[in-house]
Amino acid sequence: MNTNVTPLYRRRKRINQLIMMLCQLATVIGFVFLFAILFTLVTKGLSAISPSIFIERTRMSGGGLGNAIWGTFLMTCVATVLGTIVGVAAGTWLAEYGGKGVMAKVIRFINDILLSAPSIIVGLFIYAVVVVPMGSFSGWAGVLSLTVIIVPVVIRSTEDMLRLIPNSLREAAAALGAHRWWIIVRVCYSGARAGILTGILLGFARISGETAPLLFTSLNSNQWNFFDLGSEMANLPMTIYQNMTINAFIPDLVALAWGGALILTVAILILNIAARYFSRQRS
Amino acid sequence: MTADIHLNAKRDTGSADPVSQPQAAPKLRVDDLSLYYGKFQALKNISMEIPERQVTAFIGPSGCGKSTLIRCFNRIHDLYEGIRTEGQILLDNHDIYDSGVDINLLRSRVGMVFQKPTPFPMTVFDNVAFGIKLYEKLSSREMEERVEWALRKAALWEEVKDKLKQSGQALSGGQQQRLCIARTIAVKPEVILLDEPTSALDPISTGYIEDLINELKRDYTIVIVTHNMQQAARISDVTAFMYLGNLIECGDTTQIFTQPRESRTEDYITGRYG
Repeated sequence: MNTNVTPLYRRRKRINQLIMMLCQLATVIGFVFLFAILFTLVTKGLSAISPSIFIERTRMSGGGLGNAIWGTFLMTCVATVLGTIVGVAAGTWLAEYGGKGVMAKVIRFINDILLSAPSIIVGLFIYAVVVVPMGSFSGWAGVLSLTVIIVPVVIRSTEDMLRLIPNSLREAAAALGAHRWWIIVRVCYSGARAGILTGILLGFARISGETAPLLFTSLNSNQWNFFDLGSEMANLPMTIYQNMTINAFIPDLVALAWGGALILTVAILILNIAARYFSRQRS
Repeated sequence: MTADIHLNAKRDTGSADPVSQPQAAPKLRVDDLSLYYGKFQALKNISMEIPERQVTAFIGPSGCGKSTLIRCFNRIHDLYEGIRTEGQILLDNHDIYDSGVDINLLRSRVGMVFQKPTPFPMTVFDNVAFGIKLYEKLSSREMEERVEWALRKAALWEEVKDKLKQSGQALSGGQQQRLCIARTIAVKPEVILLDEPTSALDPISTGYIEDLINELKRDYTIVIVTHNMQQAARISDVTAFMYLGNLIECGDTTQIFTQPRESRTEDYITGRYG
């Protein structure tokens, strides 16, 4: 033990304790809300969960959420595939080719704006450029608006992960006589794979719960629609919204909405845990 | 430093003997080379020859331009913007800065090992196979033989033969550096550039790599940058001393370390500055 405890040291120690307490308090507040949400969802939603909720379609009374779960799953998957193609390509360009150029700076800036753009604006945009000219709501319009939301997420994580690959690896590969694109594909991607995958999974989780962009685009439907992205597509967030508001007088539907909310939350939780798992494998 | 002196004693017999060394033809000739990082001139009118199948060591204080110079030999500087060179570097009498030169082919002839070990994020086997796949289409049998050959040549085979499917980044620092050497040898270059290859390693790994350099000079022209003067004395045939972007003196290693012509060289090797 150091016996020469100066007043300055004592003061620092007190400040340290104070800040620690504030941090712990903040953590507790966060946890209270998280558990309150989970508790509410489980108590109100668990009773609605049964095999039929996954199998039956939505009806005016009774029924299930099968078509909505499928619609959300399909649109989210297609949007993730499209968003991955565009996002990884753009992120790669920003990290490996754009560098500090003006073009790259502009794209990065716009991407940051897009990243925090309200999703209802994205939905409105797709409504104006896709739904109105085509004359109908469609699954494709929903997919496009979800793609617009996931692309900036993937761009950002791809660029960040590629930047973590040390330049010495690129030099080493170049010193063996490798072309630039080959260095990126074989060396940079294999180093950044886990991180990029994590970003895609987090993006997937993000768009699977989006409601606002679907409002104007895919709308909703109470019919089964397996692959026809050309027409209206059922989806979970919109169903939850409708059941809780305009159909609030039907107790069955409200119960289903709580069940749907629980399913959505659990799915997102699992995706986030999976993303954590992948990112841990990297280090 | 004590460890270095110990290694010095152990390995002295392996170093160059100037009397029996035949005068080798130059593999690389540097002709009035200057290099600028933007406006800063990092290399000042350097002219010298690098003899074939010998070890040429560059010594000098930090920032003197030794790494900058050898990074010209495989044009790795071209990866970055704002670097300009003047003058010529002739590899087998052909200017490597000539407009018709395929830079990737050049780099397959002039390999490089860096200060920090740089294993790629892939298996040990794939690390070695990476460079080979760029230029040769080998059957999987031939590829296995070539990888084993390179790993044996780099004195690493015995340690990794059961770990070929493990990540190259899981090896120890010294093993990683030998893996990088194996990877470089695997593409069968003519010249091997080593940029302070042992400065991040412990004395035992350093010893392995110095032995290896002695082996490799039978087949390859070797250029090494080192901060460790004992190392230069132990392993090189020719030593070049650089200071502030100038090549002060270049000559037979024994002569440089016993009778330097320039007083600045003498000051440096006797530890008066640097």
